[in-house]
Amino acid sequence: MNVLLVDDEAELVSTLAERLTLRGIDACWATSCEEALRCLETTAFDIAVLDVKMPKVDGLELKKCLQEKSPGMKFIFVTGHGSTQDFETGVSEVGRDYYLVKPLNIETLIAKLKEALQR
Amino acid sequence: MNTDAGMIGQAGLQFFGRMCTSISHDIKNVLAVVNENAGLLEDLCAMADRGKPIDLSRLKRLAADVKAQVRRGDGIVSGMNRFAHSVDSTLVRLDLVEVMELLKTLSLRFASMQGFAFRLTRPQDSATVTTAPFLLLHLLWLCLEQAIAAAGPGRTVELTAEKGVDGASLRFGRLEGLGNAPAASFPTEMASRLCRALNAEVRVDVQANEILVNIADLRE
Repeated sequence: MNVLLVDDEAELVSTLAERLTLRGIDACWATSCEEALRCLETTAFDIAVLDVKMPKVDGLELKKCLQEKSPGMKFIFVTGHGSTQDFETGVSEVGRDYYLVKPLNIETLIAKLKEALQR
Repeated sequence: MNTDAGMIGQAGLQFFGRMCTSISHDIKNVLAVVNENAGLLEDLCAMADRGKPIDLSRLKRLAADVKAQVRRGDGIVSGMNRFAHSVDSTLVRLDLVEVMELLKTLSLRFASMQGFAFRLTRPQDSATVTTAPFLLLHLLWLCLEQAIAAAGPGRTVELTAEKGVDGASLRFGRLEGLGNAPAASFPTEMASRLCRALNAEVRVDVQANEILVNIADLRE
């Protein structure tokens, strides 16, 4: 599977990508909407893991941008400690099962990636 | 305090809550990075168990990354601690340089989300004022929000502390977009209430591209 990870915390997302790669999963990472769209120019991703709160373009908007370019792409949202409203908005977009809270457990993330792709 | 006390108290609690959620989000991110670094260490150890040699330089980089995150987390928590203690006393002699630095720490996430930077200018003579710390932070935060909305293309807000005749002042400068903001919208009603409680004055100077906050000493 090809995974796109997007979070404005560069160290978090690069390390996560490295860990997924060690487990045989192709993972690219980006820290902004612009970078994510550039990644999409060279790679077809099956699924994207998006941080909800990001500067300029947040995860919800980024999901729409990515969906326009790649309609079949699946999504998982990741959040720090959002408000109840943030939680409800995120869940309405991807479903409760695909809305994960930081810090992440990599095995849970991989299980969710596989599950989302089989939906 | 005056008849504005009730309104100031309610808005102050909301301000306190906003700062707490922002700080907790920052801390969550630090923990998330440390968690991934620790996870990668585990991955590398597991690979070594299976016979693949560990790249020592990678381990050193990981250790340095964890230390950097600990420093980052320490800065955030120290700022939170100073902020929480701002409600301890209603009248304290404050050094405005320390206030500026605390404001900078508290606004880290806000700054990152809005894509702007702070530049602090320290005064030659110590700029101190006797005032109510929490109310002052609340007023300065309202000014900061307005300053960010009016920041120019450089997305930098310059904060300057100065000694005054009867107190001190803080200047939010380089606000090239100040002329575009609705002139009547600031100071807001809440900022005006806080000014009255603090014996302070907020002046918006479109020509100078700045918001000036004059803070007079409060007396018992």
